[in-house]
Amino acid sequence: MAQLTNTYRATGLRAAPSLRQRIDLPRRVVFGAAASMIFIVVLLLAFITWQGLQLFIKDGVSIGQILSPTWQPDSTSPNLSFGLLPFIAGTVYVTALALLISTPVSVGLALFLSEVAPGWARAIVQPALEIFVGIPSVVWGWLGITILVPFLSHTFHGGMVLSLPIAGDVFRVPGFLTGFSWLAGSLVLSIMIVPTITSVSYDAFRAVPQELRTGSLALGTTRWQTIRHLLIPSALTGVLTAIVLGMTRAAGEALAVQMVIGNSPSMPAAITQPVTTLTSQITLDMGNTVFGEPWQDALWTMSLVLLVISISSVVLVRVINKRRMGA
Amino acid sequence: MTATPSQTIGRPNGPKPSLKGKSSRGIILADRAATVVLWGTGVLVLTILGAIIVHFALAAWGVVTLNFVVSDPSETALGGVMPILWNSIYMLALTMLIAVPVGILGGIYMSEYAGENRLTNAIRFAEEAISSVPSIVVGLFGLILFVDDLHLGFTALGGALALTFFNLPLMTRLSEQALRAVPQDERSASLALGATKWQTIRHVVVPLAIPGLITGVILTAGRVFGEAAVLLFTSGIGTPPHYDFTNLDLTNPASPWSPFRPATTLSVYIWKLNSEGLGVFKNQIVDGSAAILISMVLIFNLGARFIGRVLSRRLTAA
Repeated sequence: MAQLTNTYRATGLRAAPSLRQRIDLPRRVVFGAAASMIFIVVLLLAFITWQGLQLFIKDGVSIGQILSPTWQPDSTSPNLSFGLLPFIAGTVYVTALALLISTPVSVGLALFLSEVAPGWARAIVQPALEIFVGIPSVVWGWLGITILVPFLSHTFHGGMVLSLPIAGDVFRVPGFLTGFSWLAGSLVLSIMIVPTITSVSYDAFRAVPQELRTGSLALGTTRWQTIRHLLIPSALTGVLTAIVLGMTRAAGEALAVQMVIGNSPSMPAAITQPVTTLTSQITLDMGNTVFGEPWQDALWTMSLVLLVISISSVVLVRVINKRRMGA
Repeated sequence: MTATPSQTIGRPNGPKPSLKGKSSRGIILADRAATVVLWGTGVLVLTILGAIIVHFALAAWGVVTLNFVVSDPSETALGGVMPILWNSIYMLALTMLIAVPVGILGGIYMSEYAGENRLTNAIRFAEEAISSVPSIVVGLFGLILFVDDLHLGFTALGGALALTFFNLPLMTRLSEQALRAVPQDERSASLALGATKWQTIRHVVVPLAIPGLITGVILTAGRVFGEAAVLLFTSGIGTPPHYDFTNLDLTNPASPWSPFRPATTLSVYIWKLNSEGLGVFKNQIVDGSAAILISMVLIFNLGARFIGRVLSRRLTAA
């Protein structure tokens, strides 16, 4: 559809802009409305970057120090330290596990919707996914607290050890203390990002021309062989885009994660233990600190890290898609 | 288990085809297993959603009464959410008042005017960038702009502007899609009759796109209504005082109609109650508030579908 519109435009239904068109008032107004987004982004980048750098400029904290694992931001603390590593590592680990859980389910769901589901099933599942998107993050967090966290602490209070005869213990996790944990955070996130990954992958699978499917099936392949050897490879860039977008959403999610993760500012040790993330720490501490004190400046630096992550993912998605256009 | 003829349709008799050395029975079994697993994902999603709705229906039973909806938090033993619900609706209205016109006008530019050039590309990049920025960071931006720099304090207006920043890309994109879906012939016909471009847009394109535009508005509204992270540090976290609705002075922070007052919404209230962890009825109040939020989400979603369908039927029939 978009293609069609562009072709029309390219063939020049509009004549070369006359003077009247150039001072066209409506055009200016609608342009201003669209361009306001550029204004917002520039302003947001400028403010967050400026605030995020205060920790280095005003408080004289070195870049090396923020990469340390020690977080002691209270100015009364004898060894003041603004190590952001626990938060960065927490965000990365929690997001990675959430993607690990969510990607197979979401891509499977996208394949189900695009290749397997009869019309009536699609007519039920697609609206259901839209409702999923609309469920507020505090509600997900509350469900995590009232259902998931008690379930985890009741069911898996003992530690888990996987031992092999010669290699010894290859996998060992202590049991849940309270249920507030890395795993709880990742599970809540994995549900929240299902709609994102599913809808983008679904579009990628739908974009594969129908002729390729019929051609493959005519060669005598089963549906699964067609999916595995034809659809997944052809839609791979789309699926990658979907995963990056899911990652961005997971890394930036604040309240749901904060409610179930336990908020312990130490390096993540095991999936059953409480950890913390950039977003949870900002949410918790921002209200308890004073504007301008080093502790709050460190929180602004965390938000700058989040901003860098999200802008990089936008660029990454563009690079992935440009390569597809080129190929 | 042997393969029945129905699974081998189209496969010639004779030497069985094999891929990567697998037996054809293995291939068929893999296909069946894949079908079962893929159906399983669909069933899983529906089960989770169904369980959530049933869970909140049960949890809200006996909590969400008329009294819960119309009284102040301090008024009854259980407490009520009237002022908080009022704030949610007020913030929604205030945000949509700004976001809808700007979003639709932006959508008009992107659909009707934007050419394939650098400027358009920059707008698209900005659109994607804002959509990907975490909501908490947008909230912090609001904090520094409205609270710290402009010294407004925590206000409904600051919260609504931050929400507008966050949801403008969605509103713009949905409007653009709705406008692009209008057939090109309609534009050509109007232009051929001598109408100017703007007349064409105003009297032909926009009216035809109204069902899609309304769907966009409702979907955006659903997101605005449930958002909390943007509002924590812009419109504030607190228990609202008793509101006197007869106070119509918009500049008076005590008036519930004023945009220059803190406004805790339902989502923020849930977060606040949970992090304070106090009160005998905390769980009931949170369950009740969450049930109200979920019902609103359902209403917004089904409403968008229903209104979109009815309007497009009426407009195409006319």
